[in-house]
Amino acid sequence: MKHTISVLVENEFGVLARVSSLFSGRGFNIDSLSVAPTNDETISRITLETRGDEQILEQINKQLNKLIDVIKVIDFTDGSGVEREMALVKVTAEDESRAEVLRIVDIFRAKIIDVTPRSYTIEATGSPVKINAILELLRPLGLKELVRTGPVAIGRGSKGWKG
Amino acid sequence: MKMNGARILLECLKLEGVDTVFGYPGGTVINIYDELFSFKEIRHILPRHEQAGTHAADGFARATGRVGVAIATSGPGATNTVTGIATAYMDSIPMVIITGQVPTPLIGNDAFQEVDIIGITRPCTKHSFLVRDVKELATIIKKAFYIARTGRPGPVLVDLPKDVQIAQTEFSYPESIELRSYKPTVEGHPKQVERAMTMLLGAKKPVVYVGGGAILAEAAGELTQLCDLLGVPVTTTLMGLGAYPEDRPNALRMLGMHGSYYANMAMTYTDVLVAVGARFDDRVTGKLSTFAPHAKIIHIDVDPTSIKKNVRVDLPIVGDVKDVLARMVKEAQAHPEKVALFTSAIEPWLAEIAGWKAKHPLTYKHAAETIKPQYVIEKLRELSAPDAIISTDVGQHQMWTAQFFTFTKPRTLLTSGGLGTMGYGLPAAMGAQAAFPQRQVIAICGDGGIQMNIQEMATLVQNRLPVKIVILNNNFLGMVRQWQELFFDKRYSQTCMELPIDYIKLADAYGAKGFRATTTEEVAEVITQGFAHDGPVIMEFMIAREEKVLPMVPAGASLNEMVLNA
Ligand SMILES: Cc1cc2nc3c(=O)[nH]c(=O)nc-3n(C[C@H](O)[C@H](O)[C@H](O)COP(=O)(O)OP(=O)(O)OC[C@H]3O[C@@H](n4cnc5c(N)ncnc54)[C@H](O)[C@@H]3O)c2cc1C
Ligand SMILES: Cc1ncc(C[n+]2csc(CCOP(=O)(O)OP(=O)(O)O)c2C)c(N)n1
Ligand SMILES: [Mg+2]
Repeated sequence: MKHTISVLVENEFGVLARVSSLFSGRGFNIDSLSVAPTNDETISRITLETRGDEQILEQINKQLNKLIDVIKVIDFTDGSGVEREMALVKVTAEDESRAEVLRIVDIFRAKIIDVTPRSYTIEATGSPVKINAILELLRPLGLKELVRTGPVAIGRGSKGWKG
Repeated sequence: MKMNGARILLECLKLEGVDTVFGYPGGTVINIYDELFSFKEIRHILPRHEQAGTHAADGFARATGRVGVAIATSGPGATNTVTGIATAYMDSIPMVIITGQVPTPLIGNDAFQEVDIIGITRPCTKHSFLVRDVKELATIIKKAFYIARTGRPGPVLVDLPKDVQIAQTEFSYPESIELRSYKPTVEGHPKQVERAMTMLLGAKKPVVYVGGGAILAEAAGELTQLCDLLGVPVTTTLMGLGAYPEDRPNALRMLGMHGSYYANMAMTYTDVLVAVGARFDDRVTGKLSTFAPHAKIIHIDVDPTSIKKNVRVDLPIVGDVKDVLARMVKEAQAHPEKVALFTSAIEPWLAEIAGWKAKHPLTYKHAAETIKPQYVIEKLRELSAPDAIISTDVGQHQMWTAQFFTFTKPRTLLTSGGLGTMGYGLPAAMGAQAAFPQRQVIAICGDGGIQMNIQEMATLVQNRLPVKIVILNNNFLGMVRQWQELFFDKRYSQTCMELPIDYIKLADAYGAKGFRATTTEEVAEVITQGFAHDGPVIMEFMIAREEKVLPMVPAGASLNEMVLNA
């Protein structure tokens, strides 16, 4: 099962390497990863997507916590968080497909951020499910390039992390 | 006062209580060595190889419980420490390793003798630091020692660029350190402890399974108190040997692959298993699906990742073994009537175990014509000082030592369990001897592994470290040969050492003394002479070449499927 995990870490040299080498060294998967400082710039927030059964997730959680620079680990898979992801998609847009692309963009409340005579580049944000859905529709029209950020997640209400 | 980084490092070490370091000079640590030249409070021991220096710091740490310190130059000096660091990491040994690094402006430029030692050692250190500013140095050293010795101990590497050693700043050492991201749980949860005692006292077939954590926590006293109060059977891992005296009637000695038959049978039939600072290593559990199939498992460990890593646990207690055991003792003392019921309820179980003991004790066949290695180990026990420190290398001799020496005190066995590093024995003994000049320190080695750090003979002689080196010479890489005999049709591929070495001459060449025994009668005499000689000594025993370590649980088999004699 897929899990989205936030890891709050000391914003220090080499911390990302420690986190990623923990995953590779122990054979855990990372499906996506994003990192940036939090409101407190001494702390960085890593959001990553991983998979595994309950026992593996328990180990991932404990192993992350064991890293000296890790301050807190939050698993949002229980629905305690809201997830959003952004995708930049370049699609073929010629003749009749131009209108179809625009319709899809409109339905998904996405944006066109670059236009050429033969292509549109789209910015879409939303839950990973929504991103998957728009990609399903765009693919048959000729998807040229895709960049996804992977999800970031934030706790609902009082859940999550302050800062 | 203003000082340079090199001097600050030494002042910090002094304030951490470090009196001995093992190190090797080179270009990027030359400034440290220059300061050391006139710094009298720290004894520096120069090994003949950085790997050995790191093992020596490790042996020093295991024997004393203090943080071992090693220094190496950048590049090849640093890479030479890697095996030593990994060895310490696998066995959770507190160490601080200081490596020189090229000046900060050159980092990343493939400069002369530059390696990314932080990157290389990331998977085998508890933590590491690159010092980029001399102003951070004192705090980093404080953190390094704090991290190395607290929680689950481990090696911490500090990479110190040359320009930082030269740069000057005002020196002040922090009194204490707080890390918001690192707060190991020391105290066991009182409710969990209570539940554990209820579970344990409800057992009919209890076993206490003790690991290296009991020694690391200095908890031998609490452990002995609890187990003696309850009269419960106790088995120890290789790393736990000495935490509970093996000469007690309820001691089941070592368990696992080369453990005793009765310990492994007890593990198979126990109904409540209390794991105390042990990590359910595959050498201990055998086939996981049939491990302790009838047991409820209580697991005490300071590191949550050790718990439920490979076996299910019914009652986890995260905390320091010493604290948790002390709480358990209190619980037991508060309920003498329950304890009395318990001790009588487990009588049939103790009788069953006594039956297994009688049926298959740890034993071997004497032979008139050759020296049996087990006999040498027994004689060593008999003739050595009661507080002697034993180090081993890795292989058959290591297992015979574990089986036949009878350890009764913590920190008297120094052995590489997790990594199984050949070449460990001699330098580890050197570290222990440096810590305890007055105690007897014996390195028990094979003829293969002794060659891996034999150069340290020079360090022993130079520093008057009277380590007694025992070589059990089968002229084989015996442990591998044993596997080839049992599982590969006796195809002894590359395990016969072929060229015999004259260890008496070798000892002589280093300015030490060598002895050799070729018959059983000579064994005691050689040991007596070796022990009587007041410098470093090699005692070589020409042992039965194809003797096997038995009993043995073949890889992948269950603990009750032991090969008793093959
Ligand atoms: C050739 C060879 C054969 C071997 N055969 C055997 C064998 O037959 N039997 C055997 O037992 N071993 C054997 N070993 C050793 C084996 O590989 C492991 O090293 C060993 O079993 C691990 O011991 P341990 O479980 O006590 O763990 P250790 O490595 O000692 O780990 C200690 C545990 O205690 C915890 N801990 C540390 N400090 C504290 C504290 N203060 N409070 C609480 N918990 C703490 C740690 O988190 C860790 O989980 C063999 C090794 C070799 C090289
Ligand atoms: C550095 C290293 N290389 C290889 C091994 C694999 N190995 C384990 S035991 C052993 C044989 C050791 O032979 P020896 O030192 O003569 O001891 P014996 O088993 O004969 O007592 C070998 C090669 C190891 N453990 N460590
Ligand atoms: Mg040998």
